[in-house]
Amino acid sequence: MPETNTMGSEAAQEGSPHVSDSRLERVLRASHFAVCGELGPPQSASADVIVRKSQHFRGYADAVNLTDNQTAVVRMSSIAAAKLCIDQGLEPVIQMTCRDRNRIAIQSDILGAAALGIRNVLCLSGDHQSMGNHPQAKCVHDLDSIQLVGALRRMRDESVFICGDETKNPARMFIAAACNPFGDPYEARVHRLAKKVAVGADFIQTQAIYDMGKFRHFMGLVRDRGLHQRVFILAGILPVKSAKALVFMRNNVAGMSIPDDLIDRMKGAENPEEEGIKLAIEQVQELRQIEGVAGVHIMPALWEAAFPRIVEGAGLLPRPEVA
Amino acid sequence: MIVAHRKPMEEILRSIEGIDKLALCGCNSCVAVCLSGGEREVRILASQIRIARQEAGRLIEIEELVLERSCEPEFVEKAAEVVQRTDGMLNISCGVGVGYMAEVYAPYRVIPGLNTTFYGVGLGEGVFEERCGGCGDCLLDRTGGVCPIIRCAKSILNGPCGGSQDGNCEISKDMPCAWQLIWDRLRDQGREEDFHVVEPVKDWRTATAAGPRRLAQEEIAVDRTEPA
Repeated sequence: MPETNTMGSEAAQEGSPHVSDSRLERVLRASHFAVCGELGPPQSASADVIVRKSQHFRGYADAVNLTDNQTAVVRMSSIAAAKLCIDQGLEPVIQMTCRDRNRIAIQSDILGAAALGIRNVLCLSGDHQSMGNHPQAKCVHDLDSIQLVGALRRMRDESVFICGDETKNPARMFIAAACNPFGDPYEARVHRLAKKVAVGADFIQTQAIYDMGKFRHFMGLVRDRGLHQRVFILAGILPVKSAKALVFMRNNVAGMSIPDDLIDRMKGAENPEEEGIKLAIEQVQELRQIEGVAGVHIMPALWEAAFPRIVEGAGLLPRPEVA
Repeated sequence: MIVAHRKPMEEILRSIEGIDKLALCGCNSCVAVCLSGGEREVRILASQIRIARQEAGRLIEIEELVLERSCEPEFVEKAAEVVQRTDGMLNISCGVGVGYMAEVYAPYRVIPGLNTTFYGVGLGEGVFEERCGGCGDCLLDRTGGVCPIIRCAKSILNGPCGGSQDGNCEISKDMPCAWQLIWDRLRDQGREEDFHVVEPVKDWRTATAAGPRRLAQEEIAVDRTEPA
């Protein structure tokens, strides 16, 4: 029996016409609490890796993100990996950063992605290349992520490229932007989310949430401005299997907020892996209770096997069938 | 000012290896201000080169000179006699000065002694920092005077990105987030609402890459130079 979310997405977008052919969009507009996964492509040309990892998501996720050279480390392209996922029966969400491509390449890639059957795209600035394995590279940043959302929206709804030329068969993507409720300046975070909604984001995927209190406060600000009714917000979860992982993120990933008690909990756990799954399940359940949260985006980061266990443990099976 | 810094000594010595009568030319403008290529730096570098060449058993004659500005004909003309008397020049002006000298006195060999990097401000105590991206379409009023193209590591025009934390860029705790600065500035100006304005996609043609950019001030002079 599919679980429904009677809060955010119902108020938001029910009855709105579909803007794309995305299955994820159908799930959300039918008021189901959506479940997205994430898969990191390999640092190689191995299609087998994608095939193998896909097995953890089929039947458990409504859609799966394919990261785009995450942390500026060269990996198989998001679009190529996404096509391999489609062949495995998954619905992919490609990620597209502004770091590596100019507007010509971006629009070209989007047309190709659509031609391959890809229907969802997450628009990102991209981690700075100094973090990755090719810091010597010349970064592009022709557009920023907000301009990218706007461009893809105009392509879909007005059939034009950025320059204004017409495209007779535009890519009709279900468009996402990212949101970090924990970065600074704190007051600007809701403004920036509002800007992304204003330029046409259809859904949002947030940074991994560990600080529930802070996230609840952020969602209060979001609701005050009615943004939850204009965009589907998927809350990010990153399951960990050790306290070390949490400490690493706290020290090395900008814009993360990780409370001490979570670190203590993982440190004190007899079986940290099991504790990590338990924690993630609790997080899903807590997030479902927050008004305005339309689903979750679970990012298992090298622990794809955790994904089906979390989804099942959180009572999110079976995933809905949508037309 | 244009900011440049001295190339490593080994690189400099290697580049002037074949030259026994060397002109060493500095500039009294930008590179003097950032303490890389002014009169004092010319003197010091000349000594260092003489000593190094002496130790290598290959003496060198160096004629030192400093131009008021290396980027204008009336000053570069003054190098003519030194150029005549020497086999080549080590030039510690910025890249503009090096290239212009090479152009005026071609085929005379002009070797750069500095690495030219950015347009910046002197913050005091020998510290200089980049401030302008030279984009050709200044938007500083929209960002409270903070250039997002050069001071944001990702040149984001609708910032901040998700990596901004405690006022710092995700790259380093020593690098302020430009968009934190912009936010603070606009707020202090009572212009918080401007933060909502979407900065549209930029036309980068004024910034780069259709060959060298050029300015001809219309009312004033006839532009006599032939394009290179």
